[in-house]
Amino acid sequence: MTGRAKTVGQAIAVAAVIGLLALLVWKLAFGNEQGAAGSLAKGENPRAPAFTLSRLDAAGGDLSFASLEGKPVVVNFWASWCIPCKDEAPALQKTYEQYKKQGLVVLGVDAQDFRQDARRFMKRFGVTYPVVYDGSGSTLGKWGVTGFPETFFVDREGRLVGERIQGGIDTERNRDRYAEGVRLALGTKP
Amino acid sequence: MIRLLAAGIAALILTGSAVAAGRPVQADLEAEIVCPTCKTTLDQSNAPIAIRMKMYIRGRIAAGDSAREIKAQLVDQFGPGVLAEPPKRGFDLLAWLLPLGVLAIGVVVVGALAWTWSRQRDGRVEMEVDHLDPDLEQRVDEELARFEE
Repeated sequence: MTGRAKTVGQAIAVAAVIGLLALLVWKLAFGNEQGAAGSLAKGENPRAPAFTLSRLDAAGGDLSFASLEGKPVVVNFWASWCIPCKDEAPALQKTYEQYKKQGLVVLGVDAQDFRQDARRFMKRFGVTYPVVYDGSGSTLGKWGVTGFPETFFVDREGRLVGERIQGGIDTERNRDRYAEGVRLALGTKP
Repeated sequence: MIRLLAAGIAALILTGSAVAAGRPVQADLEAEIVCPTCKTTLDQSNAPIAIRMKMYIRGRIAAGDSAREIKAQLVDQFGPGVLAEPPKRGFDLLAWLLPLGVLAIGVVVVGALAWTWSRQRDGRVEMEVDHLDPDLEQRVDEELARFEE
């Protein structure tokens, strides 16, 4: 009886260690810490992570990313308290107005922010493109967002293309990469 | 000096009455709310959103909201992750119950092991008695008989 109890105890301890090791291996093998941005950086074109979030713009209701299927999309993660987000807001609005006839959608994702602050921001900068609200930041991990602002480009097949733009799109460092991202999303020739 | 002392006493009384009336204290709430970007409590953060949240809390306290109402408003905006302590209901209750459960299991396991080991020791004594050499057993009996005389 005593020997059996000892064996059972040892078996449980060994099983616990094996279980923890298996979790570690699984995490290392399949865990994608950097989200879609990590895959994009490796030269892959992953599918844009899906989400459904409430809209902050006049249209109201919810917006499902799946509803944009077949359209090129510029996805911009921002927050009202972020200074570079203020600087790039006019350029994003300009992109939307310039390319919406070609079907391009600029989609703002306001994250980790107060709704009322975001609406004030949109009014101040004359934002008319769709903006969704992600107060808890639930989408950030899947997309691999590490700060604000960050901008991604999605083509008509729903795949990420171009480079992830970290920081304002209208800076000297990012201007050309942003233009290239828009072009790739639209699928137009250089 | 007397005026200063009186002002201090008045401030203490007012603070005391505010606490007694259940009025939320800014510092308490800042220690109970997590900054969504840096994941530390607001009182340890100077991130832009943390500063904005502190301002919001100050405004809501001034407007007369209770601590529970302010927390509910922040959860509505930022999700339940904004609370430093998970709520004691629903799925989040597990965060409170699991450690207690693990502790209970630990107590049961330690108790069972202690009981097993104590029985093991008793068994060993019995075994030793069972295997006493017959000559030795006879000598012990004789000694005991002499002792009883």
